[in-house]
Amino acid sequence: MWNEIKALLYKDIQMELRQKYAINSIVLYVFSTVFITYLSFQGDIDSHSWNVMFWIILLFASVNAASKSFVQERPARHFYYYSLSAPQSVILSKIIYNSIMMFLVVLITFVVFQLFLGNMIEGSLLFFASLVLGSLGFASTLTMVAAIASRSDNNFALMAILSFPLMLPFLLALMKLSGIALETSDFTMEAYKLLGMVFGLNLIVIMLSYILFPYLWKE
Amino acid sequence: MKNYWYKILSIVLLLYAILAGFTIQIPDTNIGDTLRNVFFHVGMWFAMLAVMTASFTSSIKFLSSGKMEHDLKANEAVNVGVYFGILGIITGMLWATFTWGEPWANDPHLNGAAVSLLVYFAYLVLRSAVPDDEKRARISAVYNIFAFVILLVFVGVLPRLSVDTLHPGSGDGNPAFGDMDATMRYVFYPALIGWIMLSLWVLNLKVRYKRIENFIEEKELD
Repeated sequence: MWNEIKALLYKDIQMELRQKYAINSIVLYVFSTVFITYLSFQGDIDSHSWNVMFWIILLFASVNAASKSFVQERPARHFYYYSLSAPQSVILSKIIYNSIMMFLVVLITFVVFQLFLGNMIEGSLLFFASLVLGSLGFASTLTMVAAIASRSDNNFALMAILSFPLMLPFLLALMKLSGIALETSDFTMEAYKLLGMVFGLNLIVIMLSYILFPYLWKE
Repeated sequence: MKNYWYKILSIVLLLYAILAGFTIQIPDTNIGDTLRNVFFHVGMWFAMLAVMTASFTSSIKFLSSGKMEHDLKANEAVNVGVYFGILGIITGMLWATFTWGEPWANDPHLNGAAVSLLVYFAYLVLRSAVPDDEKRARISAVYNIFAFVILLVFVGVLPRLSVDTLHPGSGDGNPAFGDMDATMRYVFYPALIGWIMLSLWVLNLKVRYKRIENFIEEKELD
């Protein structure tokens, strides 16, 4: 199974590097939204708003990024993959690919945010941990929702409706975590609890996707 | 009526809960007689949890067997559960206006309950977006399992993690009712059982009604 995952992952990365469609559109999207935020706040932003705007922009950028993952190839191609590899390999490779993509999106958002709105972070290690866990969590939830939404007609709207409630636990925990990281650089008890919770949620979502995707994959 | 023992029992228990609930001696707290709402508000939420568990098991049964019967039950269960959830929120808002001064305080427990309800509304939207029966059943079964896990996380896990909540059960307590007086427990537990049985009776009726509706539709198509 690991060979299948590696092959599918390599295929996805190669497709992306050839056209660079998804990554370019995400970068443009992030840049425009951060710029609009900068103009609206007129450069005068406090750390709480910085935190909230960061995660909200990231939320929308991730939904955008993930919605492209299942619709890029025609359904006929999906039949081909279905006959070649186990569905678990497909979903795991999609989750890994989306996590890598999401992590890039997160880094880009962070850099652009710092450029325009300044750096207010005290605890860099904690913030970095929240970024990593956050991108993994967003990627796994959104991959599963994209798989569900790709099976129906009204794609992007359905994707948004389905994903926002499911992302809320992640979003709330990550906002609290980065709120702590913005103020202090030591790992408080609260921070450990929140880190544990996000990690636990990640695990639950990935396990559920692994178990449930084969049922979705059948035509 | 079929299986009338649990239906009659639910009516008896609820009558007892309503009559005793308004007449027993309750401890003297600063919210006064509104404390009696606990027999109804908590009952709504437990009924919703029971019905959503039925929906969850039906979805799992559907995914393993493929029979449309289970999909029907899962869908109707979500309908009934959402109805009880809305009632739970309304009773909660009425209670909050008296105890906290505003119908909706910015509290993790309340927000979590509202989000879980949103997840189930999204389930209903998803069902309406897929026209094909077999596909719709499979997709909604998968989403239903996610939705149930999110419900458990929001209603069970998150409130216990937050330290300062207005809603009873912050810190290490039970998010539903904290410490309860002994006399109240004599009414509370039968009330809960009565509400759960009532909700399952409503679910049973809805499933039978939908089955008859489907049967008539199929006959008309022939």
